[in-house]
Amino acid sequence: MIRNMTCIVCPMGCTLEVTLDENGKFVSVAGNTCKRGEVYANNECTNPVRTLTSSVRCDNGEMLSVKTSEAVPKEKLFECMEEINKIIAKTPVTAGDCILKNICNTNVDVIATRSI
Amino acid sequence: MINKDLVIIGGGPAGMSAAIAAYESGISDILIIERDSHLGGILQQCIHNGFGLHKFKEELTGPEYAYKLECKVNELNIPHILDTMVLEVSPEKVVTATNEKDGIFKIQAKAVILAMGCRERSKGALNIAGERPAGIYSAGTAQKFVNMKGYLPGKKVVILGSGDIGLIMARRMTLEGAKVEAVCELMPYSGGLARNIEQCLNDFNIPLKLSHTVVEIEGKERVTGVKIAKVDENRCPIPETIEYIPCDTLLLSVGLIPENELSKDAGVALSRITSGAVVDQNRQTSVEGIFACGNVLHVHDLADFVSDEAEIAGIAAAEYIRGNISNETEINLKTDGKVRYTVPQKITAYTDTTVYFRVSDVFRNVKVVVKNGDKVLFEKKKQKVAPGEMETVKITKDMLENVNELKIGLEVL
Ligand SMILES: Cc1cc2nc3c(=O)[nH]c(=O)nc-3n(C[C@H](O)[C@H](O)[C@H](O)COP(=O)(O)OP(=O)(O)OC[C@H]3O[C@@H](n4cnc5c(N)ncnc54)[C@H](O)[C@@H]3O)c2cc1C
Ligand code: SF4
Repeated sequence: MIRNMTCIVCPMGCTLEVTLDENGKFVSVAGNTCKRGEVYANNECTNPVRTLTSSVRCDNGEMLSVKTSEAVPKEKLFECMEEINKIIAKTPVTAGDCILKNICNTNVDVIATRSI
Repeated sequence: MINKDLVIIGGGPAGMSAAIAAYESGISDILIIERDSHLGGILQQCIHNGFGLHKFKEELTGPEYAYKLECKVNELNIPHILDTMVLEVSPEKVVTATNEKDGIFKIQAKAVILAMGCRERSKGALNIAGERPAGIYSAGTAQKFVNMKGYLPGKKVVILGSGDIGLIMARRMTLEGAKVEAVCELMPYSGGLARNIEQCLNDFNIPLKLSHTVVEIEGKERVTGVKIAKVDENRCPIPETIEYIPCDTLLLSVGLIPENELSKDAGVALSRITSGAVVDQNRQTSVEGIFACGNVLHVHDLADFVSDEAEIAGIAAAEYIRGNISNETEINLKTDGKVRYTVPQKITAYTDTTVYFRVSDVFRNVKVVVKNGDKVLFEKKKQKVAPGEMETVKITKDMLENVNELKIGLEVL
């Protein structure tokens, strides 16, 4: 089976043609310009993940931009958003500070991307 | 009047990168003037990731990219004033600015770098039928509301225009609980990056309707819905294809336009195509000692390219201040229409130059060709080029011998 997708790892956005076996398992990929595209295609067919970015309210009323320290499973994005929207961040904050540990049992933290 | 070697107008990634480069080439009497209350420019509201892959070799969000530059500016102690608006730049490089504390003041600069960024076009909304109820926003304004104020401007959304900001906002509002019904794009292709169509639309099953436009907005006080229609090859709506979509919000993502009011006062010649200054390889404008870089020069898709361009301007401004810049020649770079514009538009020294360009349509299997008259000096094949992605071609020193014009074009294979 063939699956077409766009590599999202860098702004080149290569068009990938992924070959899967009868069980839907990754066999090979064509169309990628670099090795990262192959890793992406393989992940995308087994466990697709995305980095989540959002903003949370601080105790002084300002909004703080945040991101997940690593990519989280794609199907958990909305669940993670619910948790993120409950956060009230304590100021002062420095970019890189951990705001929430192990969000939705993903072993991934939510960290600040700016200082307030 | 205050005297300064270098005044930089705008403290976004362009202004900061230019300042750092000028400082590192030995000029320290610099002043960055920023009208906002913080450095960083538009990047502060671009909280998504995708920045910095070229420049810092890591994937950063907009605020993180800005923070890296800001830390460097502070580390080098480069002077900057915030909450200060530049009102005028004269051809003699006198910069007039104002803020609450100092009132109106003037600075005589030896060189000026224009780095004011761009603003969103609002034109797309003008020719749509219907009232102008609440619920119509530009995508960038919606981005500011959601990311900086924590306020969701609507629950059921239609987006007109598939530029990157529109795509990014489709995902952002979906994650915050809104339903994005459709993204309509007038052209048969999207103006946004392929990766954004994948991760912002396809990930959330948001339909991208190419060759579609909004023909009517319904609602008196608040938007209650829009009528959309398919367009023919002449981009005219086809009446039989009109369809009604109930919604409470219409976002417009119809492009950006360089903010050049100040440049006009300074007598800087502007390009009709880019709406930015006409520059040489140093990013020097038609006014000696005035340079331009970043989105005020032409609209970039990547902050990384903004920084690259700003560094060129910063280094050149430093050389100019030291009296090291002279025009050895003037070679105009012409385009063939398929290539819509180039930056720089001219080359004034015998030196290797990377020329950035955009194309006017989607072309597959093409050759980028650099010619002097009928003589081909360079060519390279490309599988696909699109208006949404900036391309480059390298003009080497030896191509410049005995020419006064080079033509950069595309040949379809
Ligand atoms: C909504 C949006 C989303 C984007 N998404 C991405 C992305 O995902 N990835 C990516 O790599 N790039 C992205 N970009 C592009 C990138 O952010 C821009 O190309 C870059 O920020 C432009 O930098 P700049 O310094 O030229 O302009 P800006 O960041 O706009 O900075 C200009 C600065 O000049 C100041 N200024 C203007 N006029 C005056 C005046 N008269 N006096 C004093 N100060 C003044 C402004 O306040 C502002 O701070 C995006 C851009 C936008 C608009
Ligand atoms: S395959 Fe490599 S070059 Fe192509 S988009 Fe993916 S990361 Fe970028």
